[in-house]
Amino acid sequence: MTLRSLANIYHLGVKELWSLWRDPMMLVLIVYVFTVGVYSGAKALPETLNHAPIAIVDEDDSALSRQIISAFYPPQFTLPQLISPAEMDQGMDAGRFTFALHIPRGFQRDLLADRDPELQLNVDATRMSQAFTGSSAVQQIVQGEVNEFIVRERRTAQAPVDLVLRARFNPALERAWFGSLMQVINYITMLSIILTGAALIRERERGTVEHLLVMPVTPTEIMLAKVWSMGLVVLVAAAVSLQLVVQGVIGVPVEGSLPLFFTGAALCLFATTSMGIFLATLARNMPQFGMLLILIIIPLQMLSGGSTPRESMPELVRNVMLAAPTTHFVEVGQAILYRGAGLETVWKPFLALALIGSVMFAGSLLRFRKAITRMA
Amino acid sequence: MSSNHVARLQGVRLSYGEVRALAGVDLTLPAGCMVGLIGPDGVGKSSLLALVSGSRKIQEGRVEVFGGDMAERRHRNRVVPRIAYMPQGLGRNLYPTLSVEENLQFFARLFGHDAAERRHRIDELTEATGLHPFLRRPAGKLSGGMKQKLGLCCALIHDPDLLILDEPTTGVDPLARAQFWELIGRIRLQRPGMSVLVATAYMDEAERFDWLVAMDEGQILATGTPAQLLQQTATASLEAAFVALLPDRRKQGHAPVSIPPLLVDDGDIAIEARNLTLRFGDFVAVSDVSFRIRRGEIFGFLGSNGCGKTTTMKMLTGLLEASEGQAWLFGRKVSPKDVATRRRVGYMSQAFSLYSELTVRQNLVLHARLFGVPVAEIPDRVSEMLERFGLAAVAEALPASLPLGMRQRLSLAVAMVHKPELLILDEPTSGVDPVARDAFWRLLVELSRRERVTIFLSTHFMNEAERCDRMSLMHAGRVLDSDEPARLVEKRGAATLEQAFIEYLLEAGASSDAPAAGKAPVAIASPQPAASPSRPPMFSWQRMVSYLWRETLELQRDPIRATLALAGSIMLMFVIGFGISLDVEDLRYAVLDRDDTTLSRDYALQLSGSRYFIEQPPLTDYQQLDRRMRSGEVSLAIEIPSGFARKALAGRPVEIGAWVDGAMPQRAETLKGYVQGMHQHWLMTQLAERGGTLPTTATIQTRFRYNPDVRSLPAMVPAVIPLLLLMLPAMLTALAVVREKETGSITNFYVTPVTRSEFLLGKQLPYVVLAMVNFLLMSLLAVTIFGVPVSGSFAALTLAALIFSFVATGMGLLASAVTRSQIAAMFFTMIGTMVPATQFSGLIDPVSSLEGAGRMVGELYPATHMVTISRGIFSKALGLADLSAAYWAMLLSVPVIMGLAIMLLKKQER
Repeated sequence: MTLRSLANIYHLGVKELWSLWRDPMMLVLIVYVFTVGVYSGAKALPETLNHAPIAIVDEDDSALSRQIISAFYPPQFTLPQLISPAEMDQGMDAGRFTFALHIPRGFQRDLLADRDPELQLNVDATRMSQAFTGSSAVQQIVQGEVNEFIVRERRTAQAPVDLVLRARFNPALERAWFGSLMQVINYITMLSIILTGAALIRERERGTVEHLLVMPVTPTEIMLAKVWSMGLVVLVAAAVSLQLVVQGVIGVPVEGSLPLFFTGAALCLFATTSMGIFLATLARNMPQFGMLLILIIIPLQMLSGGSTPRESMPELVRNVMLAAPTTHFVEVGQAILYRGAGLETVWKPFLALALIGSVMFAGSLLRFRKAITRMA
Repeated sequence: MSSNHVARLQGVRLSYGEVRALAGVDLTLPAGCMVGLIGPDGVGKSSLLALVSGSRKIQEGRVEVFGGDMAERRHRNRVVPRIAYMPQGLGRNLYPTLSVEENLQFFARLFGHDAAERRHRIDELTEATGLHPFLRRPAGKLSGGMKQKLGLCCALIHDPDLLILDEPTTGVDPLARAQFWELIGRIRLQRPGMSVLVATAYMDEAERFDWLVAMDEGQILATGTPAQLLQQTATASLEAAFVALLPDRRKQGHAPVSIPPLLVDDGDIAIEARNLTLRFGDFVAVSDVSFRIRRGEIFGFLGSNGCGKTTTMKMLTGLLEASEGQAWLFGRKVSPKDVATRRRVGYMSQAFSLYSELTVRQNLVLHARLFGVPVAEIPDRVSEMLERFGLAAVAEALPASLPLGMRQRLSLAVAMVHKPELLILDEPTSGVDPVARDAFWRLLVELSRRERVTIFLSTHFMNEAERCDRMSLMHAGRVLDSDEPARLVEKRGAATLEQAFIEYLLEAGASSDAPAAGKAPVAIASPQPAASPSRPPMFSWQRMVSYLWRETLELQRDPIRATLALAGSIMLMFVIGFGISLDVEDLRYAVLDRDDTTLSRDYALQLSGSRYFIEQPPLTDYQQLDRRMRSGEVSLAIEIPSGFARKALAGRPVEIGAWVDGAMPQRAETLKGYVQGMHQHWLMTQLAERGGTLPTTATIQTRFRYNPDVRSLPAMVPAVIPLLLLMLPAMLTALAVVREKETGSITNFYVTPVTRSEFLLGKQLPYVVLAMVNFLLMSLLAVTIFGVPVSGSFAALTLAALIFSFVATGMGLLASAVTRSQIAAMFFTMIGTMVPATQFSGLIDPVSSLEGAGRMVGELYPATHMVTISRGIFSKALGLADLSAAYWAMLLSVPVIMGLAIMLLKKQER
């Protein structure tokens, strides 16, 4: 690369920055997603059990059953609705509550008589987000109340072997920690694709790219200029957001090295900005680009491991998603930001990002001239 | 008609934001004759016509057409069937994917003709215009002249009393233009009462009109017959008359263009093209074009829009690669890789492609840098350009704020900043007023004669072509002849260049798409007026079907949209079905066993037997535990302390440690549940084995209903179907309406009797059908690939999907009513559907868990009810009766959404 090329890349990149600066809509979008977007995204994820609706059929009406009923309260559960056995099925069908606990007649009596009575817990298992964790919470609460009741009545010993569970990296398992950082990662991907892609389409619609192609600049220079300028904008915005919103306002502690994370982000941006250019060469106009964007961004966000664990996806999906830059970026982000991992653990995804970026860049370069001049 | 005027305007003002289009117009247009509006682009001609036609809302002043106030809706409804409006732009109100026949059928249905009447009229009109042989050809594939004829046919299909034509012949070749006017003449003979109102930028054309209105900067300069205008200004041509009519301040520095004789060396060739041919598929855009342009010469390409001028220029700049043939610039073969030659060429593309976000100065500096002007020279060069092209005063302004003429000069300055030896200018003067055009030409002449810059330009103005040293006549991708303009006229023995061009065109067989003049008389005058009774019905089934039928045809012919609608939803269903998986499986764990006894191994063995866990090599110490958890290799680490077995058997308290990776809280939560359950289970079995007495306790029997294995797919799939059924149909419907706004065919809705509800319903129904196909496909996918059976009544589910499809497409209509561009419509629909549907509709967290505003939205949003119904029928084996509340709530939202969409849609452009 000669000095002239570097100068061209620099000047064209500065031009991109000017264009962005004079486009209020895009600026608003950038500011919005990295502040309000990240914040609301983090807060929108409720804690695992948040107002899980529960109903109780109390046929016992004893001291113990009343004690159990009073053990359910917000924010984990709603205040229990007391219903008749007949209402139970109907309410579950209509989805009025996720849990229905049935306390049979003579429950307290049977318990004190060592007859090991049974409670029945009905769970609406179509509500995955509450069904599993909620049912174990109900069990624990009921067991706790029952044990306490028995201990009070009888004074028996505790179980000898205890299990001490600790969550690492996020001791209280706060979802906002997870949510906010994943939002930042998602927005980095989304914005870099939109900024480069939409800018290229608009330039093509106005004919200015074509104009560039008749000047002594090469497509490689034009593309590199877009990659560095838009990548820089997103990187700076993400850095500010991470410092001010994620660490500052939401108060998420970041364990690892931020410079290392942003190196990873830069590699990912190389891949995603190239991808934006590639998509812009595929789409003929803005609406097509928008449609394409939806079809690309949703899988990128949902299947890259940033919303649900990759382990629970089918083998095929997992393998296909290895080709997506976000998969590796999410891995890098989780390893560095939460677990404080260093380069010795994340060099593999770094390499993968660089590789994917190069392939994307080469692919767009191949299509660039042809796609730009295809339609007048 | 009660009086001798067709329309009267009083104090009419109109502005688009900051830009003033009409600045107080008072005008009375005579009836029964041909009235012409003349003036360059952007002086307010189109705005005036749009107001008269009723397609644009009146902002200020009074517009009367046929003796009534156009601001009144009832009057508009009454006169709309008597007006025909053909907006600016070739075939702008036509539907390019529809054939000639289908376009005409559509318009005829809108005006309520029955099948026989439609056939009769279409045949008559197409025979008169020579379109009859092309009835099956898509409108988008017609030539410019034919598109205009089709537009005219569509306008005439309902026997209007006022025909409004906005620049009907701009960019059309002279032969087609002559035929067009001849056609109008014949129609007027048949219907002498009809008034015609035409806007044009060609002054020569206007000489044939009965009465003229000269306009500039949103104001009327003068009115009268052509002869009166010439007499008033004491000029010989209308072009000169127009310049004379302009206020003095606009004429400052105006002088006629004089061109000194050309002195060139015949052997010094700047551009040479030999047999250039370019094909796009089977379409030949440029065929066998050859020419030589000498250094310092001004060479012109004259031809209609789409004749191959731009394509040829692009081949010379290396933007397009020729399929056959070769071109040379300064003796070097044109190649996209030849960066050195590009420094010697300046190029100005058709739309003055400037960076609108950069100031005038920044544009110049950027181009100077990219063209490699030495850094030290750039400031001087830029100020030289600013000075020379008269841009010094606006150096810091943004191009968008400049008048067209100045933008054009900036564009030339940008092309000249590196002092090229060759300028390639693609239609550099289109849309610019005569004064600015002459000024521009003086610059060109100076460049050519004084600095020996070779200039190659294209134009569709005859008088501009006449100024070139030599020119080529182009038609349909071929060069008909190249020579000096005067010689071309001489060769054909014609009086003017236009005449000569027509002769050439006739010789080339261009007339084959039109009948010989006068062959088929126009017989459109039907005895009975086509217009329906004076008060049009509130809702016409036929007009609605007309839009429905047309939308269906367009949808069929746009593979991208249809593919997206079907393939997109299937793809997203896969993605979300697998993506929103809350299953936690195949977790990697490792054990740090410090005790290493039978009992401790027994504890560890519990985990490895479970389907949820995969064992990794054991841990040896804390450092390793730390490292392996950091890298994400293990998500769970179990530590069994030394002396575990001893203490446990002795009944002394002992603790087992478990570390869970909390990076993903949701997963960690589930993981904790598993481990606790397992621990309890182990304790019980141990106690039982050892014959210990179990402490009395209550057992809780948990029944996971509807989804006994608590798997994600059966829970997610029924909820994903409503989500996708909402998002994509809504977006497609929104785009279908907004696209009409962008392409301009929405005008047909503004100026025809079709009502808002007819329009919206007609556009909506095809997408409802599409959504239903979508629904069936997704259900099929759910049952087969995802293995989620429908346990309830499928008929009830289909009914719900149908109601919901109306809701979804209705939301799209609502989004389209408030947006103008397709991108805005897309964003709006995304936000309006995706956010509430994913967050507040019980997709992940049930509505009953929400609070505050979210809860309210959730309760009201129709998607909530659809999720309830879908889950109820798929998983809970319910039927219509069990879910009637949800059905009613959803059904109720349909009229609400549709009513809002109809209310917000405007029947006039603002």
